[in-house]
Amino acid sequence: MGKTIAEKIFAAHLRDTPSPENVILNLDVVLCHEITTPIAITDLEARDMDRVFDPSKIKAVIDHVTPAKDSKTAMQGKIIRDWARRHKIRDFFDIGANGVCHALFPEKGFIRPGYTVIMGDSHTCTHGAFGAFAAGVGTTDLEVGILKGVCSFRIPETMRITITGILPDGVSAKDVILFIIKELTVNGATDKVMEFVGPVVEAMSMEARMTLCNMAIEAGATCGICLPDRVTAKYLWPFIKHRYASIDLAVDDFLQWHSDPDATYVQEMTLDVSRLAPQVTFGYKPDEVKSVVEMEGTPVDQVYIGSCTNGRIEDLRSAARILRGKKIAANVRGILSPATPKVYSQALEEGLIAIFMEAGFCVTNPTCGACLGMSNGVLAEGEICASTTNRNFNGRMGKGGIVHLMSPLTAAATAVQGHITDPRKLL
Amino acid sequence: MKEFGGKALFLDRNDINTDEIIPAKYLTENTKLALQPYILEDLKLGGFDPRRDIEGKGVIITRANFGCGSSREHAVWVFEVNDINVVIAESFARIFRQNMYNCGMLAIELPKRDIETLFGLGEAVEITVDLAGCTLTAQGDKKVVIPFILNEFDKNLVKAGGWLAYADKNY
Repeated sequence: MGKTIAEKIFAAHLRDTPSPENVILNLDVVLCHEITTPIAITDLEARDMDRVFDPSKIKAVIDHVTPAKDSKTAMQGKIIRDWARRHKIRDFFDIGANGVCHALFPEKGFIRPGYTVIMGDSHTCTHGAFGAFAAGVGTTDLEVGILKGVCSFRIPETMRITITGILPDGVSAKDVILFIIKELTVNGATDKVMEFVGPVVEAMSMEARMTLCNMAIEAGATCGICLPDRVTAKYLWPFIKHRYASIDLAVDDFLQWHSDPDATYVQEMTLDVSRLAPQVTFGYKPDEVKSVVEMEGTPVDQVYIGSCTNGRIEDLRSAARILRGKKIAANVRGILSPATPKVYSQALEEGLIAIFMEAGFCVTNPTCGACLGMSNGVLAEGEICASTTNRNFNGRMGKGGIVHLMSPLTAAATAVQGHITDPRKLL
Repeated sequence: MKEFGGKALFLDRNDINTDEIIPAKYLTENTKLALQPYILEDLKLGGFDPRRDIEGKGVIITRANFGCGSSREHAVWVFEVNDINVVIAESFARIFRQNMYNCGMLAIELPKRDIETLFGLGEAVEITVDLAGCTLTAQGDKKVVIPFILNEFDKNLVKAGGWLAYADKNY
């Protein structure tokens, strides 16, 4: 019987089968940040188990609140920093080199096709864009991952989402995934892997695929996953060129992970995006989604562009396309947080930062801060934010604040007009 | 092995997320105990007041997709430090459910009709769990006994007191 990509990765990493429903997998990478890792570290210390299974397979970053905003966040940074030094974790990214984990780690080439990846962060599903099985976990799973290099999973079923047609101008991967979440609902993919295939996915950049996979968790999925191909190989080329004589050979090698034609899917969904309009959330759940046309005119107080969903160079380019030569509305505060130092410097080189600043945006250092209401753009009670992030939960960006999720294009158009706006009008 | 059960707190809504259980601004705390006062602080639920309604409760009974959103295990710890060690729901989000077992706590999934039965038992409901027999007894306006399914691995995690103890022994 044929296997899906997720099943192939599971088979290649199987350590144990403690019950018919569960497997223990060997891990290729354990990713860490300063919010969920310090308690794992202090707990391991308290148990006299302060060890790491393999420092070369552990990658760590300070990204949620950076620079530290107070004594508590400074201590979280210190705990993970001291730990990384103590265990000689070379791939540790601190101030000056740090960025949003799910943008930074792929950029460093840490995620490869066929890998198993965990992190104490639900948006770890982002890394499925590389044809990896990547899942968000809690602190205890992270702790065991750090200590033993294994993690338990219920064996997931896979749903295949085939995306066809041609993505219209003004419509992006963010709109596609918001629409899919609306169709599936917030638990439509629980305990499942969402495998994204079809010509639209094949034509997508790695950045766009990461946006797609990033929000798989918002439908409850264990992981989003794309089949690794030439786009993947080109993105990873600087990191894999010593292993392959040519990109062609890398692409051939990646085929081993592709789902077999006779693989079994628990569910199939086909989406033709040719007539898809930009999408926006309302309410407090990410499956509460409408087309921008239905939401047009909703006033906003803040526009936030950034995060692991949409803080990459393509996202900045698309927002800048709208902002070029324009000013944001007087009633709006605009905040841009490029997701990594590389994105930031590339945006500087390309003149994008100047466009944002001339439009009236504040540009922060790379950080997750505002997305989860921790720092750098927290909302006041009753305020409304147009945001390129991934969650519109009650209080997510600040107690009593309201979040509308949208693409960078829609966020930029909204910033210019001061209310939710269809970006296709301004292109 | 510890006892599972206690007075029930009913949270009558689907999709209660971990941001509602413990807002992100409290994730800067470096001890589990420090989370205690902030339990369910951002939960919007008609008439619910965590400062009044949590006291003395040991079990949460709720609807579908409980614990969705962020992976923060703080959502489990904030229950633990408030002496809540069982959550009974129609369904759970994967990470939250795993975090419960990983901490040696009990996430019990029941069919919708059983959840309806529990919600119909009145306001004062006492739950006792027989882990070995996989049944729970609910004493409210009347007494009901409901069987539940817990797979072997999840049960072993709970019995071991969590994933770290289990993994340290086995891997």
